Amino acid sequence: MNNLLVIPLLIPLCTAALLVFVKNNIPAQRWLSAISMIGTTAVAAAIVYQVRAEGIQTLHMGGWLPPYGIVFTADLFAALLVLAASAVAFFCLLYSFGSVGEQRERYYYYPFFQFLLVGVNGSFLTGDLFNLFVCFEVMLISSYALIVLGGTKRQLRETLKYILVNILSSTLFVASVAYLYGVTGTLNMADLSQRVAEAGQGGILNVIAVLFMIVFSLKAGLFLFFWLPGSYSVPPAAVAALFGALLTKVGLYALIRTFMLIFYHNPDSTHTWIAWMAAATMILGALGAIAYTDVQKILNYNVIITVGFIAFGLAVANEASMDGVVFYLLHDMAAKALLFFLGGMVVRLTGTNSLTEMGGLIKRYPLLGWMLFVTSLAIAGIPPLSGFAGKLLILLGGIEEESFWLTGTALASSFIVLYSLIRMFMGAFWGEEKPLRSNSTSGSAKASLPATLMLPAAGLFIIVLAIGLGSEWVYRLAAEAGHTLMNPAIYIDAVLKE
Amino acid sequence: MELYMSLAIGVLFTVGVYLVLSKSLLRIILGTSLLTHGVHLLLLTMSRLKTGAAPLLGQKADAYVDPLPQALILTSIVISFGVTSFFFVLAYKAYQNLGTDNMEQLKGDDDE
Repeated sequence: MNNLLVIPLLIPLCTAALLVFVKNNIPAQRWLSAISMIGTTAVAAAIVYQVRAEGIQTLHMGGWLPPYGIVFTADLFAALLVLAASAVAFFCLLYSFGSVGEQRERYYYYPFFQFLLVGVNGSFLTGDLFNLFVCFEVMLISSYALIVLGGTKRQLRETLKYILVNILSSTLFVASVAYLYGVTGTLNMADLSQRVAEAGQGGILNVIAVLFMIVFSLKAGLFLFFWLPGSYSVPPAAVAALFGALLTKVGLYALIRTFMLIFYHNPDSTHTWIAWMAAATMILGALGAIAYTDVQKILNYNVIITVGFIAFGLAVANEASMDGVVFYLLHDMAAKALLFFLGGMVVRLTGTNSLTEMGGLIKRYPLLGWMLFVTSLAIAGIPPLSGFAGKLLILLGGIEEESFWLTGTALASSFIVLYSLIRMFMGAFWGEEKPLRSNSTSGSAKASLPATLMLPAAGLFIIVLAIGLGSEWVYRLAAEAGHTLMNPAIYIDAVLKE
Repeated sequence: MELYMSLAIGVLFTVGVYLVLSKSLLRIILGTSLLTHGVHLLLLTMSRLKTGAAPLLGQKADAYVDPLPQALILTSIVISFGVTSFFFVLAYKAYQNLGTDNMEQLKGDDDE
C-alpha cells in the first residue's frame, strides 16, 4: 500500500478543476499549472526512487484487495514513463505560454492540458483493464478539445476524422474487454495474466489478443496510422509536441503491457503479427517522411517510424530488446517533443510550412539551427547522443532472435530518419536567405525568437543531451524495468500476494 | 437466449458499420451510436444471461445476476454519451463553417 501512486493523477485533476474557476485570470492559470506540473514531476521522481528501493508498489483503492477492487500498480517501467511524461509535459506547458495565444488560454486551454495529463498518468499506473479504458477516454476527450480549440476550418475538418477513428477504436476496446471478461471473469491485469496462463492461451484467447492488438495499434499508430498525419498537423506546435511525445506512447505502453503481461504465451502467432505490422509501419512511415516538403508532415511521419521501431522491439521480446524499448521510449518522449518545438519555431519564423519556401536561417538563428541539427542526430541514433543506446539494444535483440530482415528494415529506417531530418535542416537553414513572408508572426527582418520559446527548448535539449551522455545510468534503470517486463511473475506476485 | 442476443448485436454492428462508411456526417454519427449500443449489449450478454434477481441485497434472493457488467456498461454509456454530444456539436460547427456535411468534400487540399 502506497498512497503516493495516486498523486500523479490527483495533482493535475485538482488543478484542472481549480483552473476552471480562474478562467479569465491568465497569469494565475499559468502559475498554477506550472506549479502543478513541477509537483507532479517531483512525485513521479519519488515513485521511481521508491520502486527502485522497495520493488513494485501497489495501491488498493478503498482498501478492496485485488482482484475485487481497482489496484494501481507502479513497476519501474510505468514509474519511469510517468516521470518522463510529467517532465515533458512541463516543458510543453512552458512552450505554450509563448505560443498558443491569449484566445486559447481564455477558453480553458490549461484545464484541458491538465486533464490530458490525468489520462496519460492514469493509463500508465492503472492495473485494471477497464480502468485503462476510462483513462484512455479521459486522455482522448481532452485531446479532442485541444485539437479543435481555435476552431479554424482545418481543425474542424481534421477533428471530425480524429474523433470518428477514436470512437470506433474505443468501441472495439469495450468489445474486447467484454469478450475477455466472458472468458476469464476478471478484469485485474495480474489476475487476468494468471487465468490466461491456467486456461492456456489458444483458440478464443488468441482471437481476443488480436482484437486488443488492433485496438491499441489504432491508438498508437502502429500500421493503422492513417489518421495520424492529418490530425497531428492542425493543432499549434505546443499541442502537437504533447501529442507526438505522449499520446502514441500511451498506446505503445498498452501494447507492451498486454503482450508482455497477459498474452505472452503464444508469441508465434501474436508477436509475429506485431513484427510484420512494425515492419510495415517503418517502411510506410519512411516513405511518408521522404515524400513531403512540409515540416509538419515530416515530423508526423517521424513519429510513425518511431512507433514501428518500438513495436519491433516488443515483437522480438527478449531481455536485450525490452531494455532497449524502455530506453528508447524515455529518449523518444523528450527528443520528439524537442523536435516539434524546434519545427514549430522554424514555422513561426518563416510563416510557412513548406521547405521550398524557406532557407538561409542559419545566418540569423545559429543557435536554433545547431539545436535542430544535434536533435536530428540524436533521433537518428548517432553514438554519443541519446537515441543510440536504445536503438543498439533493440537491434541486438533482433539479431539474437535471428530475424535479420526485420533488423535490417529497422536499421534502414534510421537512415531514412536521418535523411528526412537533415533534409529539413538543410532546407530551412542552408542556402539563400528567402524573404520572410508577410504573414509570419515576426514580420520585420530583425525578428528574434522570444525567450519564452527558446528556454523550454533549451531545457529539453539539456535533458536529451543528459540522457545521451549519461547512458550508463539510464541503462541501469532501463535494464531493471526490462527485467520486470520479461518476468511477469514478479508483477503478479507484487499485486496478488500481499 | 445468448444466441438471440448475439444475433441482434451482430445486426447492430452490421448496420453501424454500414452507416459509418456512408458519406453524410449525420449518418456516421448515428452509426457510431448504433455501434455503442451493440457493444453495451455485448457486455451484458458476455456475463451470461442467467435468471436471477436484480443485484439489490434487499431482494433476499438465492441467486443474483452478475453486477459487474452493469457497472461497466453504466460507465461506458456515460462516456459515449459525452463523446457523442461533443461529436454532434462539432458536426454542427463544421457544417456552419465548412458549409457541407459530405465527408467526401472534407479533403485537405485547399491550403496544403
